[in-house]
Amino acid sequence: MAMLEVRDLHVQFRTDDGLVKAVDGLSFDLERGRTLGIVGESGSGKSVTSLAIMGLHRSSDKGSGTEVTGQIRLDDEDLVSSSAERVRQLRGSKMAMIFQDPLSALHPYYSVGAQISEAYRVHNKVSKQVARKRAIDLLGRVGIPQPTVRVDDYPHQFSGGMRQRAMIAMALSCDPELLIADEPTTALDVTVQAQILDLIVDLQAEFGSAVIIITHDLGVVAEVADDVLVMYAGRVAEHGSGGDVFLQPGHPYTWGLLGSMPRLDVARLERLRPIRGTPPSLIHVPSGCPFHPRCNYPPQVGGDRCSTEIPVLMETGPGHRVACHLMLAKQQEIWAKLAPGAAAAEAAAAEETAATEETAAAEAAAEETAASAQPGEDVTEVEAT
Amino acid sequence: MITFIVRRLIATVFLLIVVSMITFAIFFLIPRLAGQNTYQLATEYVGRNPTRAAVLQLEAKLGLDHPIWVQYGNFLKGIVFGAHYNSGTSITYCPPPCFGYSFRTQQPVWPQMVSDLPVTLSLAIGAAVIWLVGGVAIGVISALKRGTLFDRFSMGIALAGVSLPIFFTGLISLELFSYKWPIFPNVTYVPILTNPALWARNLVLPWVTLAFLYAALYARLTRAGMLETMSEDFIRTARAKGLRERNVVVRHGLRAALTPILTIFGMDLGLLLGGAILTETTFSLPGLGQFTLLAIQNQDFPEIMGVVLLAAFFIVIANMLVDILYAVIDPRVRV
Repeated sequence: MAMLEVRDLHVQFRTDDGLVKAVDGLSFDLERGRTLGIVGESGSGKSVTSLAIMGLHRSSDKGSGTEVTGQIRLDDEDLVSSSAERVRQLRGSKMAMIFQDPLSALHPYYSVGAQISEAYRVHNKVSKQVARKRAIDLLGRVGIPQPTVRVDDYPHQFSGGMRQRAMIAMALSCDPELLIADEPTTALDVTVQAQILDLIVDLQAEFGSAVIIITHDLGVVAEVADDVLVMYAGRVAEHGSGGDVFLQPGHPYTWGLLGSMPRLDVARLERLRPIRGTPPSLIHVPSGCPFHPRCNYPPQVGGDRCSTEIPVLMETGPGHRVACHLMLAKQQEIWAKLAPGAAAAEAAAAEETAATEETAAAEAAAEETAASAQPGEDVTEVEAT
Repeated sequence: MITFIVRRLIATVFLLIVVSMITFAIFFLIPRLAGQNTYQLATEYVGRNPTRAAVLQLEAKLGLDHPIWVQYGNFLKGIVFGAHYNSGTSITYCPPPCFGYSFRTQQPVWPQMVSDLPVTLSLAIGAAVIWLVGGVAIGVISALKRGTLFDRFSMGIALAGVSLPIFFTGLISLELFSYKWPIFPNVTYVPILTNPALWARNLVLPWVTLAFLYAALYARLTRAGMLETMSEDFIRTARAKGLRERNVVVRHGLRAALTPILTIFGMDLGLLLGGAILTETTFSLPGLGQFTLLAIQNQDFPEIMGVVLLAAFFIVIANMLVDILYAVIDPRVRV
């Protein structure tokens, strides 16, 4: 039994335009000490999932019309069916979350130390002095210099990376067993990104917690995640270890994502290759496989299965699940051709054969024209070479 | 923080000087620039009976033929040090701050204003407490229960409160609660030191009438501010930490939403201290508002000057206090 088990999670919002199916049948497990990276485009349901795990959909005003169904089992306790009070007690203490923009996520009127102390005192009955000591200790642990001085500083007095570290300190104040990081590095520049990711990995090793990193940046996922979950239109497209998903992806969406990344190790032969089309509306989700309007491979599946039948997550390898109608052998075949290294090699080989063919044809034509010896063809010869 | 306060204090002093200059200019410089000569100017300020002798006397008394900066200097000197008035027969001394002698009562203006001030203070501060607490509370609840019956009902009443003129609500409440049903009979002002209980009782109707108007405004403002603040990211973080909803709303939400409300509160209170003319007249309270009304009706120039300067003083001070309060609440402002 894993620490976090999500089973058939559905999150729907009732809006004036219709029912938004933000999460439409999500299931995964997460063990202690492991990192799960959830990847997807904007609107794929990644953030909504994390907010559902934390129970943050409930607290907003009553008339919001958010429905969460399914099971979210944290250490065998189902959060969806628990009372709001119970989930509130777990929030911050057993599961904690850090957000994308630390400047807007921290309260501007309270010092950083006060906010961290507050997080600690919600779940631990200690005095203000003890909590303050804890805050200073945590700030030091996340790598903020001079923590005894900076504990009384306000969020606007920190730089972006420092603020995010302070947020991480705040999230870890009660030693949570699950840390959810929602796009923690998106608002930071690249060098700071690396530092923050290193910090999260180090802290995870130290605290032994499970981490969910939500991001649209595949590089970040490759760096830190043990397992990867690719989401599309509120559903799981592919789920497996980092190695599986990056080296042997089975879902056309994953192929598209990997293929659209600019790479340094491949010569710049052509333009970037984005996935054609746009993400679907979550109110009018496409029938069958939600990806089929943007997918190149329904013809290979045969019939109109892709547009009528929702693909089920199937195991294509140990711990590797893909939701696609393509047969496993077909998936591997297509990927073998698509993989960036393979494509370049193929293209180079194709060019070579084309070049040698051309020269051979030119030589043959030259011999012919030499025989007829007409001035016009001399010009043609020069052009062909 | 201390430097901030000191800087604001210095700025306030300068501002008060500028305000006195502007007031002085309005009464003495601009008419001259517009073409009036000293005789015409004195005629305007001499009061109800502009006999030639009175005008000439005023002209001399005010020193209108001196250069303008000498006039202003004398004026400032009078405020700070007091002034001597040579009325021909004797020299009278007017203690500082001297705004001159009222035409109506022939008494120095300042002591009269001072004696009227407690009434206005009682009215303004009492109503202010009621409207701030009541308006903000209703605004917060309406924001949290947006769309419910309470929200629509309270905002509807708030709309009425903001729209109905205060003399209307005042007269209606007098008619109902003072004459028809003698719950608050005989609404006259009783000084607080004489009889605190009666003081409060007689002020309830004016307080509620005045507060109704402002509470309505503040309820709407607070509601809007809360709705905006509660959708901020730091509220989500506060919830994610596991805080109780009550703490999220008050310590994180309300505190952030309250700052613009406090700014407006400072301004409103400052304006009100200069004299809540309509309310005081409706309820016959002898405060600065009534004083002002009488001064205008009688064209009593020294009194008018005195009231204008005092009101300006209150507003400037209120502004300064609000600025400082803002810096106390919002650390981003402390530059």
